Amino acid sequence: MQGKPIVPGRAEGEALVSAEPLSFWGGYDFHTGEIIDRRHPLSGRIAAGRILAVPFTRGSSTTTAVLLEAVRAGTAPAAIITIGVDSFFALASIVADEMYAKPIPLVALALEDFATLRTGERLVVEEDGRVRNLGKRRK
Amino acid sequence: MLLTHCILAICGEYTLGMPTEKTMTGNFTRSTRLSSPAASRAALHLTDEDRAMLAGERGPAVKMAMSIVARMAEIFGASELMDITGAHIDSTIYIGEAGLEFAEKLASLGARVAVPTTLNVSGLDEFHWQEWAVPSEWARNAHRQMIAYQSMGAVPTWTCAPYQTEMKPRFGQQIAWGESNAIVFANSVLGARTERYPDLFDVCCAITARVPAVGLHLTWNRGGDILMRLAGVPPAVQQDDSFYPVLGHLMGKVAQDRIPVVAGLTVRPTEDQLKALGAGSASSGTVALFHIVGVTPEAPTLDAAFQGRRPKETMDVTMGVLRAARRELTTADGAQLHMVVLGSPHFSLAEFKQLAPLVAGKRANPSVKFLVTSSRAMTLLAKQTGHLAALEDFGGKVTVDTCILASPMLPPEIKLLMTNSAKYAYYSPGLLNAAVTFGSLADCVRSAVEGRVVRDEGLWEN
Repeated sequence: MQGKPIVPGRAEGEALVSAEPLSFWGGYDFHTGEIIDRRHPLSGRIAAGRILAVPFTRGSSTTTAVLLEAVRAGTAPAAIITIGVDSFFALASIVADEMYAKPIPLVALALEDFATLRTGERLVVEEDGRVRNLGKRRK
Repeated sequence: MLLTHCILAICGEYTLGMPTEKTMTGNFTRSTRLSSPAASRAALHLTDEDRAMLAGERGPAVKMAMSIVARMAEIFGASELMDITGAHIDSTIYIGEAGLEFAEKLASLGARVAVPTTLNVSGLDEFHWQEWAVPSEWARNAHRQMIAYQSMGAVPTWTCAPYQTEMKPRFGQQIAWGESNAIVFANSVLGARTERYPDLFDVCCAITARVPAVGLHLTWNRGGDILMRLAGVPPAVQQDDSFYPVLGHLMGKVAQDRIPVVAGLTVRPTEDQLKALGAGSASSGTVALFHIVGVTPEAPTLDAAFQGRRPKETMDVTMGVLRAARRELTTADGAQLHMVVLGSPHFSLAEFKQLAPLVAGKRANPSVKFLVTSSRAMTLLAKQTGHLAALEDFGGKVTVDTCILASPMLPPEIKLLMTNSAKYAYYSPGLLNAAVTFGSLADCVRSAVEGRVVRDEGLWEN
């Protein structure tokens, strides 16, 4: 799948996917990387080191500050996939780059490509915005 | 299939922000709004002054801020930057070490805001935090963050309702505001123009006085997307305070990141009712601008609200839909209650005035804490006008500069909250691990007196 690299970078990890937008403030515990919005379908899942796919952020403008804390604490997602440019994720990634030289790779996928993603699949996000799906990991 | 269906349901006629020609057709959803249609392929053009800032000729803090502004402009596909004449900084909320390092780095580089700038809530009631459960190390860090932002020359308003200060922006003014509820109020109710600026970016805009010329700064991106028609909602409900947070919660869920237009309102809402509406919609959704036909300044008519375009989607807001939205704001079951909390966004003088007669001559049950969160300025005005005394006699407390979501002030045994705020109701379960009951202001007072949740369902369930 060819996406648009919003903040380029390479990452590989297990996908955590929801069609529901997410606020990181009140929705993400940067101490643990857990999604804590109790009204969100991913509530209780750990996003640290995973490839998080949500269409866009919702709610609080403090989302960026929480994501920056997660980068510093090592509990941020390995990469984030959205539909379209999400300014909150983009800003957090840029500041993570300015402060800690650790930008979070961000890719925007077309709606129909985003819709093929499934939680638990292993994804590779490439520098040029390609997203490769390695399928469900065999146990 | 199910996922596709859900996304389509959420996004409606979502046109993707992909690098295709589709993005230029004028389907103004959020991602496309952020690309300037006229020149989304053009490279970012910086003025001589922009380049001087970027090169460090205006000092290292300006260089760092402009570097972030210019990178964001490129991501948005902006062809140029534009001037702003006001800012509101949400980055003041202490979250942890990274945000503090960012603030102190800018401050140590000599950062100064270049436009009149207000400050959002901090992580601390500077003078009363010791009355609560705030850990002292946390308080020290939060205080350092307050000092860092104050040192940049911003006005220490410490409020999430900066539109209720003397620094309220005017119609058409270009500003860079953070804080989701303040953004939606400034755009919708005042007709000022701000994008949805996140923490850490708002301060960069304030330092450079420049923002990417995209999104809600531009007239053609401010027309409505979806129409929400009130259908059979009685005036008595429309006049009730609890109608606005409920409608806001619903609006956020339905609109997500699009611009909703409400039609059919037959009463004239107060400023505080519009504040509650916006805060609800910016919690459950990503709403940065709404219009109410005949009420908000860019919507004198339905046609004006949609800038002559047709709504992409229309929904009827019935009592049934509203009842369901109201129920969603409550997560607690049962009548047990530990605390009533009011004031998200921060309580205004008018709200103190409204509360005073409801609590006059009564006492809160000793088993229930009763808290109002507000700004220093409003609390002082409430004191001077005599409305604070009634609240104190009732057994209520006021916290300023912050709120229960931004400061770890509540002791862990407080797990059952009641509020009239959709924003408190939305975030408390995740941020405080507390269960919440939503009710009207009168319900909240009565419940505090009786020591258990009591709600007047007459207006809603009949």
